[in-house]
Amino acid sequence: MYKILEKKVMSDTVKLMKIKAPLVAKKAKAGQFIILRIDEKGERIPLTIADYDRKKGTVTVIFMEVGKTTKQLGTLNVGDSLLNFVGPLGQPSDIEKYGTVVMIGGGVGIAPLYPIVRELKEMGNYVISILGARNKKLLMLEKEVEEFSDEIYITTDDGSKGQKGFVSDVLQKLIDEGRKINMVMAIGPVIMMKVVANVTRPYKIKTLVSLNPIMVDGTGMCGGCRVSVGDETKFACVDGPEFDGHKVDYDNLMLRNRRFVCEEEESCKLAGD
Amino acid sequence: MAVRKTKYEMPEQKPKERIKNFNEVPYGYDKKTAIEEAKRCLQCKNKPCVNGCPVEIDIPDFIKHVAEGDIDKAVEVLKTKTNLPAVCGRVCPYESQCEGECTLKKIGEPVGIGRLERFLADYERKKGVKIPKKAKSTGKKVAVVGAGPAGLTCAGDLAKIGHSVTVFEALHDPGGVLMYGIPEFRLPKEIVKAEVEYIKKLGVEIKFDVVVGKTVTVDELMKEYDAIFIGTGAGLPRWLRVPGENLDGVYSANEFLTRVNMMRAYDFPNYDTPVKIGKVVATFGAGNVAMDCARTSLRLGAEKSYIIYRRSEVEMPARIEEIHHAKEEGVIFHILTNPVMFTGDGKGILKEVECIKMKLGEPDDSGRRRPVPIEGSNFKIKIDTALVAIGQSPNPLVPMTVKGLKIGKWGNIETDEDGRTNIPQIFAGGDIATGAATVILAMGAGKRSARAIDKFLKIKK
Repeated sequence: MYKILEKKVMSDTVKLMKIKAPLVAKKAKAGQFIILRIDEKGERIPLTIADYDRKKGTVTVIFMEVGKTTKQLGTLNVGDSLLNFVGPLGQPSDIEKYGTVVMIGGGVGIAPLYPIVRELKEMGNYVISILGARNKKLLMLEKEVEEFSDEIYITTDDGSKGQKGFVSDVLQKLIDEGRKINMVMAIGPVIMMKVVANVTRPYKIKTLVSLNPIMVDGTGMCGGCRVSVGDETKFACVDGPEFDGHKVDYDNLMLRNRRFVCEEEESCKLAGD
Repeated sequence: MAVRKTKYEMPEQKPKERIKNFNEVPYGYDKKTAIEEAKRCLQCKNKPCVNGCPVEIDIPDFIKHVAEGDIDKAVEVLKTKTNLPAVCGRVCPYESQCEGECTLKKIGEPVGIGRLERFLADYERKKGVKIPKKAKSTGKKVAVVGAGPAGLTCAGDLAKIGHSVTVFEALHDPGGVLMYGIPEFRLPKEIVKAEVEYIKKLGVEIKFDVVVGKTVTVDELMKEYDAIFIGTGAGLPRWLRVPGENLDGVYSANEFLTRVNMMRAYDFPNYDTPVKIGKVVATFGAGNVAMDCARTSLRLGAEKSYIIYRRSEVEMPARIEEIHHAKEEGVIFHILTNPVMFTGDGKGILKEVECIKMKLGEPDDSGRRRPVPIEGSNFKIKIDTALVAIGQSPNPLVPMTVKGLKIGKWGNIETDEDGRTNIPQIFAGGDIATGAATVILAMGAGKRSARAIDKFLKIKK
């Protein structure tokens, strides 16, 4: 059993939890994910690692309540336990000195972006962060990201905070201004990552995206998380979750992520949602 | 008295009934029938059946005790060699192993060795399993990676002789393929759990949620344990490599079966993990896993369930019993047929598979006649779900993360017959070493490795 040691409500639908999982904390690296199961009847869901504390043996996850499991998870409190919590899974981010990096986080995608921002900064990169959300309330970890950024830009869809518009607008502007950019990383909704990749493609700027397909085991067995990358079929759980943003077939990913939308609704309804 | 030429029937659920539930298909022998069946055994001096058994069970000996009505003694003989008899008695391909060597085949059907093994295991489980006396502790520690058939067998055998054994399992349940792969109606999960309990009672500790290669590395285990056995099994599914394979509606057999078996999607929404298959399901491949997929689909409510296989029925790798059961249940076989492409409805959802007819040509590397396409014979089948059951490559996680470990060209760990790798402290067996094979072969490998590990530990000071 894995105990919840801390819980923070980030917004109406976004919550943060620190989970006691010493073995996972010991090995966790930025860019990796965990799989958890709440109880005996629960499903296994992947969540990207938002932070970890090796000394305290904790792993932080931040999740948006979008389906049955994340909603149920949101109802748990400090002192409650999860039945399974396994990881760290997937390949860690390549933390190296690129030069100038643009780190783009959208919505709940800011959570997994944060430790990568921190490590890239500590590596000596010049970090430009662009954080986007639908509105001010849904924007998270702004201060934390800012601490490790040389520049930070905020966008909201409705203009309630920062610039009104999309993260890709800011990126385009930076490129138009002739800023030298060595690497762009985007984590967020699939459509956002697709747009970011489209912006950088003509300029051949290295672009990495972190994908979140449907998974079952997360250990390289079921193949449910396969994504088309270039001419190849890759498995997000063992080959990813980060891939070359210019090669990912986003439309196929969006479609495959909608595989169980009806079942999800049914499940939520039964849970009294 | 002349020997009866056929096996005594094992009663089973009628096909029309059983496709509506996930309960086990055969009911097993009662004691009286088991004794009668055991009496068919000729007690051959040269014991040809034993040669066919990967875990070296003294078959004529246990059968002799059954025939004499001494069931407890028969169980004892059986369990000196197998820690998982209720599993073997259900999923072993007897026809090509023990029963394949039976002398009675010259005049009729072989002795129902598998049925007798199953009877004994079930008899013992109902009665209460006897735990053998623990051997004196050797003070040696062994780590076993993966709680599947290879790992559990190896762990049980090592514990029996006094070694301290810890099993590391990535998933939340023990059993590996016995749990996530083989369906409830063929191998009830309660039985797997009971056999795992037995292994635990032998002194084996199982740790869950530990992905070796990620949560802990083999290098770390090597510092803490005297020897390591790797039985991480099959991994990434193989694909047909035809266009449209990533459409919504195409599953690997592994994903489909894991959802249904381990995550109990057949009981959705009571259990949270969903699966959806629509009305027409096509399974590609003709091994045991493919039969499991096709039969599971019927139980989930598919109106039509096809097996699509590029060779003919004789080349099918599945056990005869599985093919027989699938046919009884109404699975439709398209043999000598190969998929060319999947097409969607324009919105990315699977709608149709285009196939081509095949004919058999010259034998290939596997000794089976190579299927060759018949030009212009293409045809289309409307389907809602495609299940790809053409095998898996070995799980990449451990091979990927152990420095210096010799890896074969299919990503398998290279070993000798007894599971020794190029690193003295590390042993491996089952699908991770051989590529996808059977439960019993994995158990045999686990057994041989346990012996080799014991030998290694005795030399090592």
